Amino acid sequence: MPSNNWEAVIGLEIHAQLLTESKMFSVDSASFGGADNEYTSPVSLGMPGALPTINRRGVEFGIRMGLALNCNIRTRSVFSRKNYFYPDLPKGYQISQFDEPICEKGYVDIYLDGKPKRIGVTRAHLEEDAGKSTHHGDYSLINLNRAGVPLLEIVSEPDIKTPQEAAEYARTVRNILRYLGVCDGNLEEGSMRCDCNVSVRKTGEKKFGTKVELKNINSFRFVEKAIDYEINRQISCLESGERILQETRLYDSTKNRTYSMRSKEEAHDYRYFPDPDLLPLVFEQKWVDEIRATLPELPLEKAKRFQTQYGLPEYDALVLTQERAVAEYFENVAKLSGNAKASSNWIMVELMRELKESEKSIEEQKIRGEDLAELIQLIDKGTISGKIAKTVFAEMWAQGGRPADIVKTKGLVQVTDRAAIEKWVDEVMSASANQVNEYRSGKDKLFGFFVGQIMKVSRGQANPDLVNQVLKEKLKK
Amino acid sequence: MINVQSVAHLARLTLSSDEEKAFEAQLSSIVQHFSEVEAVNTANVEPLITPTDITLVFREDKKLAVQTAEEAMKNAPERSGNLFKVPPVV
Repeated sequence: MPSNNWEAVIGLEIHAQLLTESKMFSVDSASFGGADNEYTSPVSLGMPGALPTINRRGVEFGIRMGLALNCNIRTRSVFSRKNYFYPDLPKGYQISQFDEPICEKGYVDIYLDGKPKRIGVTRAHLEEDAGKSTHHGDYSLINLNRAGVPLLEIVSEPDIKTPQEAAEYARTVRNILRYLGVCDGNLEEGSMRCDCNVSVRKTGEKKFGTKVELKNINSFRFVEKAIDYEINRQISCLESGERILQETRLYDSTKNRTYSMRSKEEAHDYRYFPDPDLLPLVFEQKWVDEIRATLPELPLEKAKRFQTQYGLPEYDALVLTQERAVAEYFENVAKLSGNAKASSNWIMVELMRELKESEKSIEEQKIRGEDLAELIQLIDKGTISGKIAKTVFAEMWAQGGRPADIVKTKGLVQVTDRAAIEKWVDEVMSASANQVNEYRSGKDKLFGFFVGQIMKVSRGQANPDLVNQVLKEKLKK
Repeated sequence: MINVQSVAHLARLTLSSDEEKAFEAQLSSIVQHFSEVEAVNTANVEPLITPTDITLVFREDKKLAVQTAEEAMKNAPERSGNLFKVPPVV
């Protein structure tokens, strides 16, 4: 971490693959997978004379995200050629946007440790993805299915100060992308990619230090770790009198270090110029307004509403609103059960733990919202105890089904019959005569031991309040 | 002055020293010409991106299989299955 009066300056470039059916500038399918080079029309192959055409939905998704990032939307922007040679880019240039991007000057609000922070968004522009190359020693193989898939590149201001802020910014952008349905935000599969620009300078210094670009980061945890490593590397370089080279470094997660990818001598000169094959991207403000009208409630707005409408703590509200499907699931359960806080607890603790362990999404699991709501009502009505509810929940997770049925078939109904509870209490007290004597001579802590034993003999069915009451009475005697 | 070697490298061209000399003179005169154009006052002139007045027509987002991978591979000098095989680039 920055120490000895050093501070880090961090900016992120996020590339988001847009979920269109066809590519940005051609009719080829934009879907993931596909047989080798199956989605390669002459446009994707960069054949001479093949002309690009602009995908309306690609532009619409760009505008949608730009609006959600609070950007100004240019109703007139320009596609430019970014020239460089690499075999995964058969035209010899990438169609991108340079000095007139479609979205500019926005911001994203993030929450870190309960504190809000605003990160500026310099710009977001449309471009096309490159193909995929795999390397095999003395040759490389090229698959151009991905060449031309629409990307929105979102460039942050260098407002980010710590690795944690960087990761949280990236998470927040991903949540927004997913809420809007414009990108699935999968870092591992590369449908969302984070490049991090990192530099360090003496605290209070106005000038930026030399920046290094980090690539090849495929999880939010690695965003944090890579930046952390890089900050420390730069500080120790500078402290030992070396200079930082402006370069691109790759992050190796297995070794948790970054290493140099390109030397300065090979620095790129992209020679951007407006693509003469494409007309300027011009549309009416009316279209932007129409898109704005269809924007869903975004994660932070939803979190605020959950706090006021359901009285949830800020932490719960932020966790529950990260994924749109989870937020909708919560609202359904909260409304049906009439107990928002219990709904939040069951989803955040039990359900999310199971989801995480099984690597499933909320849509892929078996517990329906109305079933979880019923479970909460069974507890609230005293039909089952909280402990039994966990058993029922486990069964619901494994098999699905209504909790009332599970309680009935498994004989899990809570026992509130005083006589039955007294019988269990007596049973435990006579089996643990020593402990009873110790308790009566002042060892209060043993109370919990008795409760545990009683719950055990009742197979968790005894009503805990009643157990406490009866046990206290009987131990006094 | 123009750095012919750097321009040639960016275009992946190998030039003989005679060619370098010839192109240096030619490219320099082109660059010189543009610096003369640059002297024109364009303070209130919109940049011209395209000389036509045609307005943009969008393509609707519909996928279409234009050709098979087999057809796409037809011009490949070298291939491995339906992948293009190229000199190593790492």
